[in-house]
Amino acid sequence: MRARLRNEAALADVLRHPGIWRRSAAARPAADIEPSGVAELDALLPGGGWPRGALTEILIEQDGIGECSLVLPALAALTQAKKRIVFVAPPYIPYAPALVAAGIDLSQVVHIDANAADTHWTAEQCLRAGCCGAVLNWLPKADYRQLRRLQLAAETGAAIGFVFRPLHAAKETSPAALRLQVTVRESGPRIDILKCRGRFGDATQAIQLRA
Amino acid sequence: MLWACLRFPQLALDVVRPDADAISSRTPFAVIDGPLQRRHIVLPNAAAHKTGVHCDQPLTAARALCPQLSTALRDPGAERQALESIAAWAYRFSAEVSIADPDAVFVEIGASLSLFGGIAALERRLRGEAAAFGFASSLAIAPTAAGARVLATHADGLVIPSILPLTNALGSVPIRASGLDEKSIDALHGMGFRLLRDLFRLPRPELARRIGPDALDRLDRMRGIAAESLLRYRPRDRFERLLEFSFGIESHGALAFPLQRLIRGLATFLVARDGGVQRFALVLGHERGASTRIEIGLLAPRRDAQSLFELTRTRLERIQLPAPVHALTLRADDLPPLCPLHHDLFDAHRGEELDWPRLAERLRARLGDEALRGLRCVADHRPARAWRFATAVETPAQPPANRTRAVSQRKRNTQTALVINTGMRPFWLLGKPIVLRGEPAQILAGPERIESGWWDDHDKRRDYYVIETSKGQRAWAFAPAGSMTQWTLHGWFA
Repeated sequence: MRARLRNEAALADVLRHPGIWRRSAAARPAADIEPSGVAELDALLPGGGWPRGALTEILIEQDGIGECSLVLPALAALTQAKKRIVFVAPPYIPYAPALVAAGIDLSQVVHIDANAADTHWTAEQCLRAGCCGAVLNWLPKADYRQLRRLQLAAETGAAIGFVFRPLHAAKETSPAALRLQVTVRESGPRIDILKCRGRFGDATQAIQLRA
Repeated sequence: MLWACLRFPQLALDVVRPDADAISSRTPFAVIDGPLQRRHIVLPNAAAHKTGVHCDQPLTAARALCPQLSTALRDPGAERQALESIAAWAYRFSAEVSIADPDAVFVEIGASLSLFGGIAALERRLRGEAAAFGFASSLAIAPTAAGARVLATHADGLVIPSILPLTNALGSVPIRASGLDEKSIDALHGMGFRLLRDLFRLPRPELARRIGPDALDRLDRMRGIAAESLLRYRPRDRFERLLEFSFGIESHGALAFPLQRLIRGLATFLVARDGGVQRFALVLGHERGASTRIEIGLLAPRRDAQSLFELTRTRLERIQLPAPVHALTLRADDLPPLCPLHHDLFDAHRGEELDWPRLAERLRARLGDEALRGLRCVADHRPARAWRFATAVETPAQPPANRTRAVSQRKRNTQTALVINTGMRPFWLLGKPIVLRGEPAQILAGPERIESGWWDDHDKRRDYYVIETSKGQRAWAFAPAGSMTQWTLHGWFA
């Protein structure tokens, strides 16, 4: 009996380790996050915002369905806090007047041209350096290993890594901490959370963007 | 003032025979100079001296005394270069360094004593490091440079910190070793004077009449009676160093080692100069005079060897070696003063800012100088001209920090003021507008007439609409003013 008690105490000790999360417990206590600035989205995201020091994957059906508006409020908040945001090889030109209108401080915005071969390397360097608040990249082709590297780099540099990928990548596994999918329905664009750390069961919840 | 005089009595010999070892020092050898028909001995080595060869002896007479004497012509260029490199080294101990031809370097150490731990420690250090040049040297310290030189010639290692004992010490120096010109020395010897003390006792007008004002002035400067004027050594304003290989190098990996040596040399040079480098070139020399030049430009001056090496190597690796490399030259002409970044003690983002310049350099080294750009708004109604790339990414505040911060604040204010208040603008702008496939499914906003630019040949008359395509995308499209046809896509509301 006493031995059993002792074992339980030892087990409780082990379970107190911050790296252990028990399924029966409530959602993980708020991690290091950056509020997304959209109330409905914050309510869905674990901790209430974009995870810092992690990769966030946004899978989009096509361009122009509000995928960037999702991250804009957070980017604006970052630049106003004097954190740098980096666009690594964006598919089009981030339009400066629109960025300013959204509240972004342009002096903190860096636009990097990189050819396809260097995109991963650039994104990884930026994430790892620890001097960028958020790094946005567009990776039409990326394998698990490359994404894993980016995820680790984001953890090292405590940066928010946004990766925009086409929708068909949803079938592939991904090491990203958070995966969102943005699709178009009759009623407008819709966001599904495919995967997020620290939340189970209700991952299929979706919110309506641009109601 | 306290001058250390480093004298290199055998410099002429040492520069022409740098690899003198025990065996070669036993064979008679001398440096010679003068016109071809009338060569004379400049400096014999110890073995030659033993046979009776001495300075200023005609070569023929020396050959008669010592038939196996080998000779080399004097190389004043190499001597000067050696003195310059010694002066460059001495510059780290003092800002007042002077080269005294033909064989001495003066260093003012009076102001450096407390930094280097006193006169004894500094003397030891000067002596120890001077020995590393491989030249025989002597050292003396005195309150006047001319006095220190005389003492270095006559009494190696003498340290005299004040002027009164200097006069006494100089008094016991023979006139032969005083550095006066030959004519005066001969005249004074003829008059029966042997030591400097004898001269110091003479009445000045008498002495001036006998040896002339120049020699008298020299004696005065030695004792600190007259002011000395020395030519101050200035470190070179540019850096150039060449490494030659005895064979052609074909791989980048093998170039890394010599490159590191060059960069380390540059970094040492920059530290001594208390400067940084912003722009430098690496020249790869190939056979038959061909060369490849790699220009390296940095966003801000730097001088740490490690990061300079990393950046240079990355740039070197980006190019294809067109031919085997036989020589490597590092050339830096633009050496601005280095302004270390100063940060606000209470600035929360201090640690992060320190890393950005390094990251930016690394990215530029691999992606090209123009890869990193900022974005700016331009006050123009035409969408394609309402923005521009900022040519280079701004480096964070340079000192004086307060002023630059105020400036950047103002800049930011004007920048926001530049944005023209307009209707909805898309997140993405297409670099080149493209024809919209199909008709818009729905028009959400518009038209917004944009008509501008009649003054610069880029006149635009368009009606912009926010539209939704059949696939549910929101786009920014335009049609010619007044019509609802020929839709052209110009941006995405992403």
